Amino acid sequence: MILTQIAFYLFATVLVLSAAMVVSARNPVHAVLFLILGFFNAAGLFLIAGAEFLAMILVIVYVGAVAVLFLFVVMMLDVNFTQLREGVQRYAPVGAAIGVVLLAELVFTVARWQVVPHPAPIAAGNGLPPGITNTEALGRLIYTDYVFLFQACGLVLMVAMIGAIVLTLRERPSAKRQDVSKQHARMPADTMEMMSLSLGAGTTGNHALAAGRDGFLRPHDGYGAVADEGGPGVRAPEDHEADHHHGA
Amino acid sequence: MSHFFLHTTLGLVILTVLECLAILVPLLMGVAYLVLAERKVLGAIQLRKGPNVVGPFGMFQTFADAIKMMTKETVIPSGANRVLFLVAPFLTFLLAMIAWAVIPTNNGWAIADINVGVLYLFAVSSLGVYGIIIAGWASNSKYAFMGGLRSAAQMVSYEVSLGLVIVCVLLVVGSLNLNDIILAQRHVWFCLPLLPMFVVFFISALAETNRAPFDLPEGESELVAGFFVEYSSLAFGLFFLGEYMNMILMSAMTSILFLGGWLPPVGIAPFTWIPGPIWLIAKICFVLFMFIWVRATFPRYRYDQLMRLGWKVFLPLSLGWMVLTAGFLLATGLLPTTTPHAAAIAASAQTPPAVEAAPSEGAG
Repeated sequence: MILTQIAFYLFATVLVLSAAMVVSARNPVHAVLFLILGFFNAAGLFLIAGAEFLAMILVIVYVGAVAVLFLFVVMMLDVNFTQLREGVQRYAPVGAAIGVVLLAELVFTVARWQVVPHPAPIAAGNGLPPGITNTEALGRLIYTDYVFLFQACGLVLMVAMIGAIVLTLRERPSAKRQDVSKQHARMPADTMEMMSLSLGAGTTGNHALAAGRDGFLRPHDGYGAVADEGGPGVRAPEDHEADHHHGA
Repeated sequence: MSHFFLHTTLGLVILTVLECLAILVPLLMGVAYLVLAERKVLGAIQLRKGPNVVGPFGMFQTFADAIKMMTKETVIPSGANRVLFLVAPFLTFLLAMIAWAVIPTNNGWAIADINVGVLYLFAVSSLGVYGIIIAGWASNSKYAFMGGLRSAAQMVSYEVSLGLVIVCVLLVVGSLNLNDIILAQRHVWFCLPLLPMFVVFFISALAETNRAPFDLPEGESELVAGFFVEYSSLAFGLFFLGEYMNMILMSAMTSILFLGGWLPPVGIAPFTWIPGPIWLIAKICFVLFMFIWVRATFPRYRYDQLMRLGWKVFLPLSLGWMVLTAGFLLATGLLPTTTPHAAAIAASAQTPPAVEAAPSEGAG
């Protein structure tokens, strides 16, 4: 199909170009966005190769979650890339070594050189009945032959996750936290007191207010009287000793 | 004629373009009337009339608003990153549209009836955050940036529980194909056996589309308008369209995963006379009404409460329910083991005649 070929060359070209832009872009945010474009095109190549499950997982995991956090961090941090580039001379040999290893691996794969004497059968499509989807084929392989490797990957990821939490979590006793269950268990009687006050007596005439437990205004406080006297909390208690008590 | 459309490259391209138009034109009209319906429903809930001046019952209000919006000036802030500032609204709009490629509107009627349909939908809906975060950053404004960051954290958090809910459904179905998921609900819609997951999915969908009470990325009481505070004219219009299209998309996902998609409620005569697309639209409208109802009823969540709900309530709940579902299916021997696509093809032969109308590919 000519359309598939056009799509392949399009995805491959954009992938290579955006990968080049990731390392050469001056603005770190642009670099991350080019990385995302690269992921997309890689997913497109997976689709052309018939690995639709891998393509979707690449988009969901890398583009939908990992790259969002990358972008988040890069936007928040004020990364100075020119400063980062000063170490380029020092780290160049390491980078080159990694590049050589990757290239060698690629050559091994493309040329189908056998290094292991008896390679394990990894032919996913061969041992399965026809008409099976590639998601199911992958599932059958991962959860049967490679279940221990799969679980080991899960363990490594969990250790990484716990490690990240341990490194970043710090106890701050000064921070105010909301305990939702405690809040839900709170009853009106715990914090609020309903009183009936005598009309026209003002705050001075109401003993219960004068005893002023904490000085906070309550719904039944006479607001007009507060304006006159400067609030129930500021008055001295001895003013009201003769006041008659209104049952609260 | 049918040979040209089904067996030549050019014919297939033309056919696909026509299919896209058949989805997108009703979708855009749907957005226009969803905006009107939202204002009408909100008005009714608040004992007002809502828009009622432009056209009969205010039917042309949205079009008048659209013309007003298009004739305004596009303002680009001087400190903004011009390219990304303009890319962001287009990205939001584009992502809201491409997801519709896999939505089945009748038995086997989808532009792309792919095997990993659910994953595709999940992937596209998780990409929606980019339009918002890029807009927030490119605007070079504090409020917009705060909105973008909030959105990023919020959408990543709720995606986790959304994904686990989808896994629950997939466990019961045994296939990632959306049509298979609908066909698996022939006897009972998943909203009944998976009721807690239905509730979690609906609330997560509200958070994923940045709708009230989770509309913190735009939170006008704190952030003016959040991520699109600097946008005007058509760029703002694209964000607006994108938000409503995402709402319709999430409603469609809810209908497909939990309300039986294009299936009638019961497979007997008067219900099966109504064609599948009508049922799907009716269910989407119902879920959309719930979206609007929730907006009119609940106050906005505080940000830490939103995060608590996502991570400390929904994540353990959906994870636990997933284990429970898997355990139940394994214990009762109901775990789907056959290759589901073959089963679906066999089952489609038994579906009611109204649903079995010729697929769109054969219509050319």
